[in-house]
Amino acid sequence: MPIRTEPMTINLGPQHPSTHGVFRLRVTFDGEEILEVEPIFGYLHRGTEKLAEERNYVQIVTLTDRLDYVSSMINNQAYCIGVEKLLGVEVPLRGQYLRTITAELQRIASHLMGIGFFMQDLGTLGTPLMYCFRTRERILDLFEMLCGARVTVSYMRPGGVFADAPEDFWPALARFMEDWETEFGEIEQLILENEIVLMRCRGVSPLPLETAINCSVSGPVLRASGLAWDWRKMDPYDAYDKVEFDVPTATNGDNYDRFWVRIQEIHQSARIIRQCVEQIEPGEVRLKLPLVLRAEPGAEAYGRVEASKGELAFYLVSDGGISPYRCKIRSPSQINLTVTEHLLVGWKLADMIVTLGSLDINMGEVDR
Amino acid sequence: MTVKAMAGQELAERLSQAVQESVERWDTTTVWIDPPRINDVARFLREDPSLDFQFLNSISAVDYIEYFELVYHLTSFERQHTAVVKSRVYGRESLSVPSVYDVWRGADFQEREVWDLMGIHFEGHPNMKRIVLWEGFDGHPLRKDYL
Repeated sequence: MPIRTEPMTINLGPQHPSTHGVFRLRVTFDGEEILEVEPIFGYLHRGTEKLAEERNYVQIVTLTDRLDYVSSMINNQAYCIGVEKLLGVEVPLRGQYLRTITAELQRIASHLMGIGFFMQDLGTLGTPLMYCFRTRERILDLFEMLCGARVTVSYMRPGGVFADAPEDFWPALARFMEDWETEFGEIEQLILENEIVLMRCRGVSPLPLETAINCSVSGPVLRASGLAWDWRKMDPYDAYDKVEFDVPTATNGDNYDRFWVRIQEIHQSARIIRQCVEQIEPGEVRLKLPLVLRAEPGAEAYGRVEASKGELAFYLVSDGGISPYRCKIRSPSQINLTVTEHLLVGWKLADMIVTLGSLDINMGEVDR
Repeated sequence: MTVKAMAGQELAERLSQAVQESVERWDTTTVWIDPPRINDVARFLREDPSLDFQFLNSISAVDYIEYFELVYHLTSFERQHTAVVKSRVYGRESLSVPSVYDVWRGADFQEREVWDLMGIHFEGHPNMKRIVLWEGFDGHPLRKDYL
């Protein structure tokens, strides 16, 4: 005789170690099965868009560091590209290459965090996460050489980067590029064909491509569902049109595919960095622009990049003043959360945490 | 293999043929549409095979004091082009425009955010409540008159 139980509503978070920040899910369960899901956020809302209206164009760079705080370089890049489109200026070639190198290093670091915490969500207590941290730590050391900061870097400026790389940066980068594959190979060996990972992730919470597109999902989550769409290829910025790389895709869009696509993207990022290091030539790194920037009244720009989480864009509107009239941030993490209900309903409690981890959200960016 | 931005005039001609009295004006990159026709226009943009705007990049709202401007950034993966559609909503109090939730599910959180921070209500959205601020918060902070 089946046992009938009352549906039960519980809160996961906002203070919960596996919600990647202060994120709350109100979930209704029938036994262990999920009936209803409602994502609730805003606990980290700092009003970045309003703050941006009070600051000048260069000061806002520091605000963007604090959006997706594990990929601040890419946030800087998205914002700076927005301002450059607004002003109609172009970055010197060396500046473009430095930006591409740092953005790709940051993508590796961000994906390592995504993979590490995903493994943590699967129940591996520490080991893979610490392996990922080990490699990420070396990337942060490289950033420290460039700009003195490890996480909130503010390395880029409208018109280029803040300063050229110091001389000892290049040997350090070369050493990292030599070693990282061995280090990352250890992680891959540990997790990629791991039987527990396969059993827990294959076929769990698949995302059909049609739903993904209709829900405005972007980045690795979209590519795991089978569409090779990458803004680095489709709307090239900085030095991406001068390098060769592939866009890895998977077909099922399940938890394993999302996780697998991130691992493949790390390899492509390394490929881009190698080509950039070969191609980069001496020169200016930053365009000479006035200290306080002003754009034409009524000018507007949609600065878009492929961030580690998906399409990150800054929609800037100018009224001719020293700060943007409006600075709207299209954050990929927030919009990717649109599919949570679709992914979770019908699955079990234990899969919920894993699926959430496979989306790789960052609350700094969701709430802004 | 890069995306092209669709010319405003071309899009305006297509839209004015398909949806009666929807286009207000256009320039080189943008088409302005009449707010009550947003949903009809959105459906046509998505379903017409030669436009095929399956992907809604973002919905932004800008406060120009005498009016609010809603900005829809759209992309077609199949046709590899992008478009910008805007709509002006005049007034300050009890503003309401049709939701595009039933056309693009991706509008869900973005429309809620516009309501939360700018105070424009979307008719037909199934869950129109505040998103980053709490229920009971007074005012809409991204408006220019909110201090």
